Amino acid sequence: MKETLSRKVFVACNTIFMILLCIVTLYPIWYVVVASLSDPVSLMAHTGILYKPLGFSLEAYSRAMEHPLIMSGYANTLFILVVGVVISLVLTAVGAFFLTRSNVMLKRPISLMILFTMFFNGGMIPFYFAVKDVGLYNSTWSLIIPTAISTFNLMVMKAGFEALPASLEESAKIDGAGHLTVLFRIVIPLALPTVAVMILYYGVGYWNAWFYASIFLQDDAKWPLQLVARQILIVNDSGGVTAGVDSGAQLAISETIKYAVIVITSLPIIVLYPFLQKYFVKGVMIGAVKG
Amino acid sequence: MKSAATTKDLQVGQRTFLQRLGRDMQRNYSLYLLVIPVILFYVLFHYKPMYGLIIAFKRFNPSLGILGSPWVGLANFKQFFGGFHFARVLRNTLIISFSNLIFSFPAAIILALLLSEIKSKIFAKTVQTITYMPHFISLVVVCGMVVDFVSYDGVINKITALFGMEPVAFLQNPGAFVPIYVISGIWQEVGWSSIIYLAAITGINSELYEAATIDGAGRFRQVFAVTLPGIAPTIVIMLLLSIGNIMSLGYEKIILLYNPMIYETSDIISSYVYREGLENFNFGLSTAVGLFNSVINFILVIGANKLSRVIGDTSLW
Repeated sequence: MKETLSRKVFVACNTIFMILLCIVTLYPIWYVVVASLSDPVSLMAHTGILYKPLGFSLEAYSRAMEHPLIMSGYANTLFILVVGVVISLVLTAVGAFFLTRSNVMLKRPISLMILFTMFFNGGMIPFYFAVKDVGLYNSTWSLIIPTAISTFNLMVMKAGFEALPASLEESAKIDGAGHLTVLFRIVIPLALPTVAVMILYYGVGYWNAWFYASIFLQDDAKWPLQLVARQILIVNDSGGVTAGVDSGAQLAISETIKYAVIVITSLPIIVLYPFLQKYFVKGVMIGAVKG
Repeated sequence: MKSAATTKDLQVGQRTFLQRLGRDMQRNYSLYLLVIPVILFYVLFHYKPMYGLIIAFKRFNPSLGILGSPWVGLANFKQFFGGFHFARVLRNTLIISFSNLIFSFPAAIILALLLSEIKSKIFAKTVQTITYMPHFISLVVVCGMVVDFVSYDGVINKITALFGMEPVAFLQNPGAFVPIYVISGIWQEVGWSSIIYLAAITGINSELYEAATIDGAGRFRQVFAVTLPGIAPTIVIMLLLSIGNIMSLGYEKIILLYNPMIYETSDIISSYVYREGLENFNFGLSTAVGLFNSVINFILVIGANKLSRVIGDTSLW
């Protein structure tokens, strides 16, 4: 009896704690959405906890969309994302495929060469000059090529390939299939769940990347969305979109523009996330088995 | 078939290495062709930077190139170890890493334990979906939110004003940086980090719980007698991974959040490497600090793996 009472108390406390946790997790996101839709001047004057929009204004969004770099940032990020994921995926698959071959003489030295980079690297400045030396400075490709393969992902993919049944591959070889056919017609189609996880991992990586863009890209027209977001949110450079607002309201509107920019830059991921959640979770598990 | 293969191997064994390699490349030429871009990638963007580490021993001038720049011996290292930055960035790196280890690390385990106690599937799924969500907001946006929320007229100050507190510009206050860094990290990652422990808990054999119940262990006892021992291997591996990465704390979040007023508590090794190298153009000094950090990281990661082999029979790779 005592057991069940203390159990009930625990369950109640746990439930309350979980609800509070959800509120604390969601409130910052909710605040940004609500603030982005609020009237800038009344938002500025408001004190206490905000839980619904103060008035209703889409001005922040229309001004944010006027920002010259938001649209170009979106376009650049989409290009980097699509092209980058394809290149990363092919190179990672080829690397992983090579490491799972038997009877190839250079397998051991090459796999050691790849593995060693997980533990030691040249650091920021030598990397910076290595990228510059191959002529990628101020090129969009500097955000794709130099970071195309994540060795961790390659190892995860290798584990995925190793888990495949060997029989199909062997029968294909008996039918005279070469390495290319085996990789693209048999291994990759069979390892599709691992490939899907890789697409998500690389995709999120390219979507979030901003640092190399900040050191390699001189022209802001080439900037990806995240670097544009950094310029607006953290460097506080609103790109002149508050022009024409009287100086008293300028500070207020530049605040709501920031919230609008946060919503604009995060919406695609937040909308997609619930549908992709289970694949990401699976990715954590695949990575954990290996990692 | 089999005997034919062995005789062939014997013949192969008698040839010179280069002959064998030639034959191997002929036989597997399509495979070698495929892997060339991968090797090129590693040579250009991993091994060339390792060669570039000799910048650490030079007064590097980009127009003279790596080989053309004058050697300075250990001058860059002496400058780093002799200057006041060394102690400061080392201390801050360790403080932030250990704060993560003390607060963020157990938070994920506790969340997993509490989540596993929820009976309603729908409620548990909802809590998971919500707590995983911040993981998918980009770091730039998260830091943008943090900078805005903790500013002088930000939402935190508006809430504390309800309790009569004076507003504070948190990011200009050196003492507030580590808490801001750690708390925002927990907010963003606690749900996501709990996945791995949750999976480990799900993997525990349910017979163990039944046996514990028969032995008279209550639910609370079972957590300590069954659940925690069951996920101990996972905890140990994750702990060793974190310890191996203690000195490789990333610069991205730091340089998004810090400012010169709070370098005293926020500047870490990797952010210092970035600033010296790419903002102040002290390439030699920056590379030297980076090399120092890489060597320490290498030792820590190898050590952590050795330890995990000794403790359990699992290795980290």
